[in-house]
Amino acid sequence: MTDFIFLLIKGVLWVAVGVGMVPFLIYFERKWAGFFQSRVGPTYAGPWGSLQSFGDMAKLLSKEDVVPERADKAVFKLAPYILFVPGFLVMALIPFGPLNVDIFGHKVDLVIANFDAGAIMFMALGSIAVYGIVFAGWASNNHWSLLGGLRCGANMVSYEIAMGLALVGIFLMADSVNFSQIVDGQAGNFWNWYFIPQIVAFVIFFISSIAELNRDPFNVAEAEQELVAGHMTEYSGMRWGLFMFGEYVNMVVMSAVIATLFFGGWRAPFTALDFIPGFIWLIGKVLFFIFLYMWIRWTLPRYRYNQLMDIGWKIFLPLAIANLAVTAVIVSVVQR
Amino acid sequence: MSASDRDTAHPMQDHVHMRKPKPRPTPEELRARKEATRQRVSGSVETITVSMGPQHPSMHGVFQAVLDLDGEVIVNTDARIGNLHRGVEKLAEYRTYHQFIPVTDRLDYISSFAMNHGYCEAVEKLMGVHVPRRARYIRTIAHELCRLSNHILWLGVHIMDFGAQTFFLICFRDREYILDLFEMLCGARLTHSYARIGGVAKDLPEGWEHKCREVVDFLPKRLDEYQRLITQNRIFLKRSVGIGIFTVEDLHTWRVTGPCLRAAGVPRDLRKDEPYAAYDEVEFEVAVEYNSDVYDRFLVRMKEMYESCNIIRQCLDNLPDGEFLAEDAAHVLPLKKNVMRDAAAMVQDFVHVFRGPQVPKGEVYRAVEAPKGEFGVYISSDGGPKPQRLHLATPSFFHGQAVPALFEGEMLADSVGIFGSADIVLGDSDR
Repeated sequence: MTDFIFLLIKGVLWVAVGVGMVPFLIYFERKWAGFFQSRVGPTYAGPWGSLQSFGDMAKLLSKEDVVPERADKAVFKLAPYILFVPGFLVMALIPFGPLNVDIFGHKVDLVIANFDAGAIMFMALGSIAVYGIVFAGWASNNHWSLLGGLRCGANMVSYEIAMGLALVGIFLMADSVNFSQIVDGQAGNFWNWYFIPQIVAFVIFFISSIAELNRDPFNVAEAEQELVAGHMTEYSGMRWGLFMFGEYVNMVVMSAVIATLFFGGWRAPFTALDFIPGFIWLIGKVLFFIFLYMWIRWTLPRYRYNQLMDIGWKIFLPLAIANLAVTAVIVSVVQR
Repeated sequence: MSASDRDTAHPMQDHVHMRKPKPRPTPEELRARKEATRQRVSGSVETITVSMGPQHPSMHGVFQAVLDLDGEVIVNTDARIGNLHRGVEKLAEYRTYHQFIPVTDRLDYISSFAMNHGYCEAVEKLMGVHVPRRARYIRTIAHELCRLSNHILWLGVHIMDFGAQTFFLICFRDREYILDLFEMLCGARLTHSYARIGGVAKDLPEGWEHKCREVVDFLPKRLDEYQRLITQNRIFLKRSVGIGIFTVEDLHTWRVTGPCLRAAGVPRDLRKDEPYAAYDEVEFEVAVEYNSDVYDRFLVRMKEMYESCNIIRQCLDNLPDGEFLAEDAAHVLPLKKNVMRDAAAMVQDFVHVFRGPQVPKGEVYRAVEAPKGEFGVYISSDGGPKPQRLHLATPSFFHGQAVPALFEGEMLADSVGIFGSADIVLGDSDR
């Protein structure tokens, strides 16, 4: 019974943090964009404009929900949920502290689901999220949306493989696909983190994750310069807001996964700093990667989508395989 | 200016040498390339038709391109213009020669002084008005400022076409300095109406020369900054090299002029070939590139911006004293300040406002090198105070027609960038 109560508390709190971050992330994105573009960004609502996102939300909720007459209505309405539900599910897998912590005399794992195939689960859920965009593109009955959906599908095929193979190196080093054990494998100071031995995998994974998140320079599905708004062209009001929401939730989750796999998860960079709770370290790392995503988005032009597939298939896939081979040899030699 | 000075004034040249100047592809090669795409797409059985514009968010103006797509490859393009048609040429027949100047602002509203200037040059040729030297210098400065502001705006929008949104605002920031100069000069930031038949509307205001010199000294530094951001940017190179090629036939068929022509290796520049204003008294180089693709058009425009700064600097150095408006009672409006003091000026003003200037019979064609290409004005006069017929040959109109030739066989993702590289303003095209 107490286990269940703790699970409930963990579930509610951790998800609340993820969701609660989103309005502020949107605010930060706009502020950063303003900074990069010599503007001020939002200033009006709340102190320094920090409540801007809530105002936007109220606006989106009060708007008319237009469903195109000739759209596939059921799929059209379902699509935004398919995009962001997997993001929440991945959140359950991310450890935000050690296992078996003693809280009020109870042994508690500081992870919602200590799932053995966690990393595999993450890859699977990531693939499902793409269906949200493909469905939205198809169901809208609009050529721009269709092209956006198709591009996203092509994108996913080209990137998920390289991404998955990049992770296998980590699995070999940690000897596990469980997120908690991967974090345990990175115990100690920051030079024990996997991003140093697995720097190639990190670069591949990080760049692929930008494509996975559909952000510049790989936002070919949305591509407002050519596809109007890609898969979101026909969406309006809060349904459109859900796509945006899903995008930011996925960004939090992806940053958390990168932090967990390559940057020691909840661990402090120095063991001397362990007195600060792991939760805070994890959030800090997540914010850092989110900043990187924003920085890249507001700096670079966009790749054409066939060039994007070129990079996925011709550069990242061979590189990931080579990285895997080298890692496998080294791990087998060291462990013998 | 010596050759070595010129080199230091062109940081751009380093970049050009980094990318070896390729020999221009022969017409056969280009034709073969286009034929190959045509072959590739001719086997397809199904195309989808999308309407890009006139409400597409990234179309420049109300241009409509109806595209037939095979997957993402453009098979066929139907370019539709005319959504912004205002009957400017007909309007000219109901206005005296003076009254038409503000209408020319609305042609290419991004570079409206070039439009004023081209029109006035044509009218002056018709009337045989001698423009004072100072006025010609001021016109040259204003025309080059106009080119700078046009190219900076173009650059921002063009890079944004490829997805980099921040660059757009950086360019807007710098365009602001030029607009401020224009505001000081004539009170307007966009629709200048600064040229007059026989000169310019006002003399340079107090301190303007100093301000202008500051801007042209400072802009090249900003242009260097742009170069660092864009010229060797891997993604931009990947997106822009080798796409949107004008073949030699296209250039001839569609009367392509301006930077698009110069990017194809043709050093045609009316400022050099048929000098007007003070262009025969300044030294400058005509920017030429050879590959005729989107990237080379970008390079040509970048070089032109450095050249424009150069020209303005030279004009400011040699700015002569004297009148800024010709003293020619039959053809030129009097100065406003004299109208209430001087009986002759008052009569002159009255005649010009109520009747119009005295114009000989005849036909005239005059073209200037506007930022977007050659802007030609044809006037047919029957001796009346209004043109019998006025026709405008605006660069955007011709470039707009060439769009289908540019789009053929390219990817949908590149279409916006290619369209942007032709630099079309619909006010200019539709008239």
